[in-house]
Amino acid sequence: MRIGVVTFPGSLDDGDAARAARIAGADVVRLWHGDPDLHGVDAVVLPGGFSYGDALRCGAIARFAPAMDSIVDAARGGLPVLGICNGFQILCEAHLLPGALTRNQHLHFRNRDQFLRVESTDTAWTNSFTAGQEILIPVKNGEGCYVADQRTLDQLEAEGRVVARYIRGNPNGSQRDIAAITNEAGNVVGIMPHPEHAVEALTGPSLDGLGFFTSVLRALAGSSAGANAGGHQ
Amino acid sequence: MTTQPDTSAAPKQTGFAATDVLVNEFDGGPDTVQRALSTSDELQPHTELGLKDDEYDRIRQILGRRPTASELAMYSIMWSEHCSYKSSKVHLRQFGDKAPRGTRMLAGIGENAGVVQISDELAVTFKVESHNHPSFVEPYQGAATGVGGIVRDILAMGARPIAVMDPLRFGAADHPDTARVLPGVVAGIGGYGNCLGLPNIGGEIVFDPTYQGNPLVNALSIGVLPVERLQHKEAAGVGNVVVLLGARTGRDGIGGVSVLASATFDEGAEQRRPSVQVGDPFMEKLLIESCLELYDAGLVAGIQDLGGAGLTCALTETAAAAGTGMRVWLERVPLREASMSPTEILASESQERMLLIVTPENLDRVLTVAEKWGVWATAIGEVTPAGEDGSPGRLVITWNDHVVVDVPPGSLADDGPVYARPIREPADLILLQADKAETLPRPSTGDELRETVLRMIASPNLCDKTWVTEQYDRYVLGNTVLAQPEDSGVLRIDERTGLGVALSVDGNGRFARLDPYEGARLALAEAYRNVAVTGAEPVAVTDCLNFGSPEDPAVMWQFAEAVRGLADGCQQLGTPVTGGNVSFYNQTGAAAIHPTPVVGVLGVFDDVARRIPMGFPAGSEGDLVYLLGETSCELSGSEWAWVTHGHLGGRPPKVDLEKERRLAMLMARASQAGHVSAAHDLSDGGLAQVLVESCLRRNVGVTVSLPDDGQSAFVHLFSESAGRALVAVPRGHDKAFAALAGEYGVPCVQLGATSAEPVLEVRDQFSIPLDEARTAHEATLPALFGGTAELANRHGDPEHAADPSAPAGSDRGDEVLIAGASGAAMESAAPIEADGTSAASASEAKDSTPGGPIA
Repeated sequence: MRIGVVTFPGSLDDGDAARAARIAGADVVRLWHGDPDLHGVDAVVLPGGFSYGDALRCGAIARFAPAMDSIVDAARGGLPVLGICNGFQILCEAHLLPGALTRNQHLHFRNRDQFLRVESTDTAWTNSFTAGQEILIPVKNGEGCYVADQRTLDQLEAEGRVVARYIRGNPNGSQRDIAAITNEAGNVVGIMPHPEHAVEALTGPSLDGLGFFTSVLRALAGSSAGANAGGHQ
Repeated sequence: MTTQPDTSAAPKQTGFAATDVLVNEFDGGPDTVQRALSTSDELQPHTELGLKDDEYDRIRQILGRRPTASELAMYSIMWSEHCSYKSSKVHLRQFGDKAPRGTRMLAGIGENAGVVQISDELAVTFKVESHNHPSFVEPYQGAATGVGGIVRDILAMGARPIAVMDPLRFGAADHPDTARVLPGVVAGIGGYGNCLGLPNIGGEIVFDPTYQGNPLVNALSIGVLPVERLQHKEAAGVGNVVVLLGARTGRDGIGGVSVLASATFDEGAEQRRPSVQVGDPFMEKLLIESCLELYDAGLVAGIQDLGGAGLTCALTETAAAAGTGMRVWLERVPLREASMSPTEILASESQERMLLIVTPENLDRVLTVAEKWGVWATAIGEVTPAGEDGSPGRLVITWNDHVVVDVPPGSLADDGPVYARPIREPADLILLQADKAETLPRPSTGDELRETVLRMIASPNLCDKTWVTEQYDRYVLGNTVLAQPEDSGVLRIDERTGLGVALSVDGNGRFARLDPYEGARLALAEAYRNVAVTGAEPVAVTDCLNFGSPEDPAVMWQFAEAVRGLADGCQQLGTPVTGGNVSFYNQTGAAAIHPTPVVGVLGVFDDVARRIPMGFPAGSEGDLVYLLGETSCELSGSEWAWVTHGHLGGRPPKVDLEKERRLAMLMARASQAGHVSAAHDLSDGGLAQVLVESCLRRNVGVTVSLPDDGQSAFVHLFSESAGRALVAVPRGHDKAFAALAGEYGVPCVQLGATSAEPVLEVRDQFSIPLDEARTAHEATLPALFGGTAELANRHGDPEHAADPSAPAGSDRGDEVLIAGASGAAMESAAPIEADGTSAASASEAKDSTPGGPIA
C-alpha cells in the first residue's frame, strides 16, 4: 500500500508522518505541493506545520496548491485522507471538513501529552481502535480550537462524525472537546493532535498513534478485497 | 594592533539610530571615494558610531584618506565589541592554547560554529549565542531573531539544524517588568522555533534581580551533517559569483551590533527599537531547505550567514578568509524599501539572508533551486583577484556607478583593534566572600525541614517550568528522546544505528559573582554532569559569556578569571571549546549583572536507546536509590541561602573535575550495562530538589534515610556540593552497580528505595504526599504569568471564547480545560482572576510597546 505525504512550503512534520506510515508497514511516496500528480497513492496524509507561514489564516493558501486540487477530487471519490494539525486546518479550508480551527482560547502555543477518547471507529483512519478507547498522543498547536455553528456540531454528533475528543483536560478550548472529525463517508479525517509523534517507544509518550496508520492499511486491504470503499467496517 | 584603551569618558549616546548620521547622504549623491579624497578634512560622526578617536585615526591611516560614510559605518560595525571581540580576544586565546589534543573537532573557534565528528560519516555542529539587549528592548522579536541567528550559523556549516535550547535569565519573578519581558521572550522563542520546525529540548529559566534591566536571552542550536558536506566561508575562485539568498533587505536592525550589543543601556533604550530586527521564520525555513538542497547538489563554493552586521560582515569575512577581493553592485540587492541608501543596505541586519559564492556555470542551477523554494536569489557581485604582488584583494562596492567603498577586507574582518583592558579585582569581593551562608540560621526539626522543602520547590528558580516549556514544540522531527525538564536534551541522530547526542547548557551567576574562576568551572561541571548522567560521553563545549562593561576593570577581572577557569576546566576534562559568543555591556547604568558564563556541553551515544531518564520509573518493584559523590556543608551562593535569607556571600562549592570525570565514566559504563533506571544530577537546591523532581516526573514515591555521617539532615538536603548524582538501580543490578562505582572510586551510598505509595518520605524527618509537592511545585509560574486568558478558558466561558462567532451555551463548556496534573496549579492561580491586568498573552506581548504592560 502506498501512502502519500504532501510537503507544502512550511510543512514541518512531513518527515515524521512519512516515518509513521513506514513503521505501520506502508510504502511512502513524498508528494510536492506544486505537483498535481498523486503518483497513484492509495491514501494521503497532510502533515503538520505552518504551510505558507500561516499567512492569512492557517491552511488558507495551501488549499489552493495544485496537489490539493487533485486531493480534493480524489477524496470526494473515496481516497482516504488524514489531515494532522495544519493538515486538519487545510481540510477545513478546502471544505472537505466542516468548521474551523481558531486561536487557542488561552492564546498560547501549547505542547503536551494529551489523552483522547476514540469516539468513532467507523473511519478509514480509526478502524483498528475500539470505540471508547483512551489513547495518549502529543498535542502541539497555537490554533487548534475547533469551532463550528451549533447545528453543524449537533449534526457531527448525531452522525457519529466526532472521531476523537480531548479527555482529562481540553488543551485549546475546542467546542465539545473535539479533537478529530470525519466527513460523511468516513474517508477524510482531520485531527489536531499528532499521532505521528506516538509511534516509537524511544521518542513518543506511547505507541497509540500507530493505530491511525495501521487502520488505513486495513481499510485499504478491505476495500481492495471488495469491501466498502469508504473504509467503513 | 594592541593598544591601551582610550580611558577618557565616551560621549553619552542617546537616542542613537544609525540613520541619524545617514540622513544627509542623498544631498548631492552618496558619499563616494572620490568625494572623500577631495574633502579629506570633513568632520565625520565617528564617536556617535561608537568609534574612539584613535580607532578613527587608524581607519584613515589604513585608507590613506577619510572613509566614506559607508566605509565609516562598516568600520564602526566590524570594529564594534560584538564583531571584533576587541576586549576579549587576548583572553579567549586560552581556549586555543589550552585546547586538549586528540579530540573530534573538525572546525573550531573563528568559524560560524564548531564542528565535532561523532561517527565515520556524521558530524554535529553546535553553538550558543546571546541576544540579550534586543530581547529587553523588544522581547518577542529580540528572542525570535536570536533563535533565527544561531540557526543560520549552524546552517552555514553545512548542517541541517535539528534542535534549539534556550538559557534564559530574567529579573525578579514578581517584578512588573518581568511580566513584560518573560512572556514576550518565551512567545518569541516558541513563535520562531516552532514555525521553523526545530524541537526545543532544554535550557534554563533563572530569576535574579541582577538581570532586572538586562535579561539574558541566550540561544543554542545544534545541527547534523555528513562529514563531507562541511561548508567553508572562503570567497575563493576568482570570477565566482556572489549571490544573496533569502529575504529582501529592509531598514530593520540597522546598527544592532554596534548600538545594542556594544553599549550600556541608558534611559534612551526605548528609542532603539529600530535597531531590533524583525524575524520571519517561514522565510528561514525555506532558506534552510534551499541551502541544504544546494549543498547536496554540490553547488556552493562558499557560504556565510548574514546576522549581526549584515552584508558588511558577510562580504568582508568571506573575502578576507580567502585573501581575494570582491566587486559588489549594491543596487542589485533586493530591497523592501526602495529609498534605502547604500550605507543602510550595508548596515541592515534584516534576517533570513545568506551569502553564497558559486561558480558562474552553477549560477542557473542555484537560481532554479531558489525558485523552487520561493526564495529570492540575486547575483550581487563577483570574486576578484588578489594583488599581483600577492597582497590581498580589495572590496569595491558601487551603488549606481558611484564607488562608495574601496577597502582591504581584512582590515575590517581581522585587523580590528585589540585591547588589553585594565583588570582589577572588585573592591567588595573580600567582604562578600567573608560573609558566608554556612553561618545562617537553619531549619532543624522534621517539620521545619518539610516546610523548607515545600517553600524551596515552589521558589521561582526551582519551580516547575512547564508554563514556559509547553509553549515550545519538543516533538517535531521525531528524534527527541529526552527534553526538558530532563537533565539533558537527548536526540537520535541516526535511525539506523541509534547514534545520538545529549546536550545540556548551564550557568550560575551567583557562584560566578562569588568567584568567577570557580563559577565558570562549576558551570562547566554542571553541564558536563547533566550530560554524563544520561549515559552519554561528554565530548565538546560551547560557551556564552555574559558580562558587564569591559571598560570597568572589575568586570574585566571577572571576565579574565572566568575565561581562565573555563579554559583550565576544559583542558582537564578533555573537552575543547569549539566556539561561542561574548556578550559585554550587560548592565544598567553603573551596575553590571552578575558575571554569567553559560556553558553548553555536547555528549555522544553510540546507541541512544540506552539513555537514562531522570524520573524514578513507574511500575518497577522498589528500585534502589543511591547517592553518588560526597556531600560537604556548602551553602554559600546556594538557592537555599537566596530563597530563605536573600543572602549571597561566601565562596561557592568546590569543584573537583577529576571526580566529575570519574562520575561520567561510571555513568557511561552503567548505562551500557543497563544497571541504572533513572539518574538525576544534583545542583541548584541540592538533594531535596532532586528527590522531589525524580518522584514527580512519573509520580513514583520514594523512601530514603539520610546518611549517618555527621552531617545534619539539613546539610544533606540543601547543600549544593558538586560532583553528585542520584540514581535508581533495579534490584538485581545493585551489587554490580556498587562494584562499578568502587572501580571508578565514586562514593556510593544507598539512601532507600522507590515505593508504591505516591509519597516522598525522609525517614525520621518528614513525609510529603506527591500531590502536595506537585501543587507547590507547579503553581508558581501560572500564578505569576498565567493571566486571565487561561482562566477564562478554565471556566469554558463562551463570553471569553477566542472566536466571537463561537456559539454560546456549549453543553460541554464546563469541562473545558485543564484537569489532571495541572488542575491544582490552576486552582492556585485563581486569585489572579480578580486582577485582570496581569494578563500577559502571547499576542499582547507581540504587539506591546516596551514598558506598556507595566502600567
